[in-house]
Amino acid sequence: MSLLNVVDLHTSYGPVNVLAGVSFTVQPGETYALVGESGSGKTTVIRAIAGLAPAQDGSVTFEGQEIRGAPEKVMRPLRKDMAMMFQDPVGSLSPRLTIRSLITEPYRIQGMKDKDLDAEAKRLLEMVNLPTHFADRYPYQLSGGQARRVGVARALALEPKLILADEPTAGLDVSVQGELLNLLNDLRERLGLAMVIITHNLSVVRHVADRMGIMYLGRLVEEGTTETIFNNPRHPYTRCLLSANPEPDPDARLERIALKGEPPSLLKRPSGCEFRERCPFAKDICTQTPEWEVDGGHGLRCLAPLPQ
Amino acid sequence: MTETLLEIDHLSVDYETGRGDLNALRDITFNINKGEIVGIVGESGCGKSTLISSILRLTAPNTRFREGEIRFKGQDLLQAPERHMRDLRGADISIVFQDPMQTHNPVLTIGQQMLDIQHRSKQSKADKLAHAAKMLGAVGIPDPEARLKQYPHEFSGGMRQRIAIAMALMSEPDLLIADEPTTALDATLEVQIIERLQELQREFHCAILFISHHLGVIAELCDRVVVMYAGAVVESGDVREIFHNPKHPYTRRLIECDPGHIKERARVLPTIPGEVPDLANLPGGCIFRDRCDQAMAQCASDVPPLDQLKEGHHAACWLNHEEATT
Repeated sequence: MSLLNVVDLHTSYGPVNVLAGVSFTVQPGETYALVGESGSGKTTVIRAIAGLAPAQDGSVTFEGQEIRGAPEKVMRPLRKDMAMMFQDPVGSLSPRLTIRSLITEPYRIQGMKDKDLDAEAKRLLEMVNLPTHFADRYPYQLSGGQARRVGVARALALEPKLILADEPTAGLDVSVQGELLNLLNDLRERLGLAMVIITHNLSVVRHVADRMGIMYLGRLVEEGTTETIFNNPRHPYTRCLLSANPEPDPDARLERIALKGEPPSLLKRPSGCEFRERCPFAKDICTQTPEWEVDGGHGLRCLAPLPQ
Repeated sequence: MTETLLEIDHLSVDYETGRGDLNALRDITFNINKGEIVGIVGESGCGKSTLISSILRLTAPNTRFREGEIRFKGQDLLQAPERHMRDLRGADISIVFQDPMQTHNPVLTIGQQMLDIQHRSKQSKADKLAHAAKMLGAVGIPDPEARLKQYPHEFSGGMRQRIAIAMALMSEPDLLIADEPTTALDATLEVQIIERLQELQREFHCAILFISHHLGVIAELCDRVVVMYAGAVVESGDVREIFHNPKHPYTRRLIECDPGHIKERARVLPTIPGEVPDLANLPGGCIFRDRCDQAMAQCASDVPPLDQLKEGHHAACWLNHEEATT
């Protein structure tokens, strides 16, 4: 059974439909990456899964239980198994609480009164490689990388089965970024965690994700194993995203397929294929609306896909 | 012959703090030639921001210029009267900041803001507006005349950053400082901004000092690279030399750490263990030695000089000291 099953999820804020039918599954222990430009709906997807954003239609099942629109009474015990890592590491920590209170808060919320909170705080800090005396510090005394690790410790406090991580490496220095990714990979192997990770850093995706989905204007346009997507992207948008990744090599310049302009407004969705106006490979057929088609585990929404 | 525009000459800057003096910049030396794009790479706390604010002399009140000079077209900016600095800022030297969401005044139209920054010009208002529209067109904002009447919130992040670039270039500066201008943007927009900067640089011939911690962007855009670590220059040279033949262990490790560099999926990514030293309480010797896997006895006792290894390629490391030409 899949751990997480998202089917045809729709979210609208008034006239703006941010998610226009998103479907994907995550198996236990699997890492699934969602990538796409700002405004493609990545964050809304994971917030909707966690019950932090509305979802008017579709279904989200976690271990077989339907949780879309579930009341807080149902969600709260589930949050033990499903933790969230927020995008802004410092902003997601209350400035008035010590690190000890912050990382043991999940135990208090879940009513685990028998836990020795001091010992747990120590264990968690050690797990994310922070010195234990950090328990007495406040968030403003931490660097971005350290605050990130506190976020990881807090997300892992209750040993969840699934982590929803929103841009876990954004704003980190390269040397620290590697440390955090190694930590996540390591914990995943030890605890059998599954992860949904959002990022627009494709180099990161390559190293952590088993499978990935590419989002455009609130829909998946391509999905497959990380290896296939990187080696043979079929959707022109995926191809453009992959080639928009500046490489640390001055001689790698100029191998780029330029992506023109910016995503269209969600209020004025283009007809036919929604990417066609920006697509360097668009054909006449693209005025028709492409359907989602799956072939051997590789999903694609494109009428003029790139050759295999 | 290449003409030097900006010379940073043995610059040392301290911040006076309750814990004593924090040596934010130590003995920084490098040049920017006319029309050249120089990139500064370095992680948090390496002194990038202190360096920029020193060049513009927009430093915090507790800043002390301990030593050195910043010469712009031959004149030492640290000794220049404040009036002169005001004339330079936004005219000869302009800057694009990191966060495009916060660089514009939210209650004024883009047109008004672009008029305001032309306050030195004697042109008529209509001419100034036409100039503003032309600049917006140059950074790829469609329908610029109509867009001038709009407010910042009506533009996307990528557009706001391009508007910031248009504003910075309006006075045709000799030096454009770009402080992590793409960090807040998506990869696709990042690429657009880089390409736009390259085009504009060819058109306006201004020199660009480009600050970033994104190695890919630096490799893409810059002619020369200065690598900073904990307030000092550890290596500088031609972009190809730095990326293909790095001579300082920090540069080497930094390039290795960039996941964009590693094509095969890796279970364990390389990192640089350890932390940047406390700048208020600097250890003697090489500042990188605690995190360096090639550290020797000499590294603990003596600060390595920034040796010239090749024409235009400098590195501060005892490992190369023997090869040094000067």
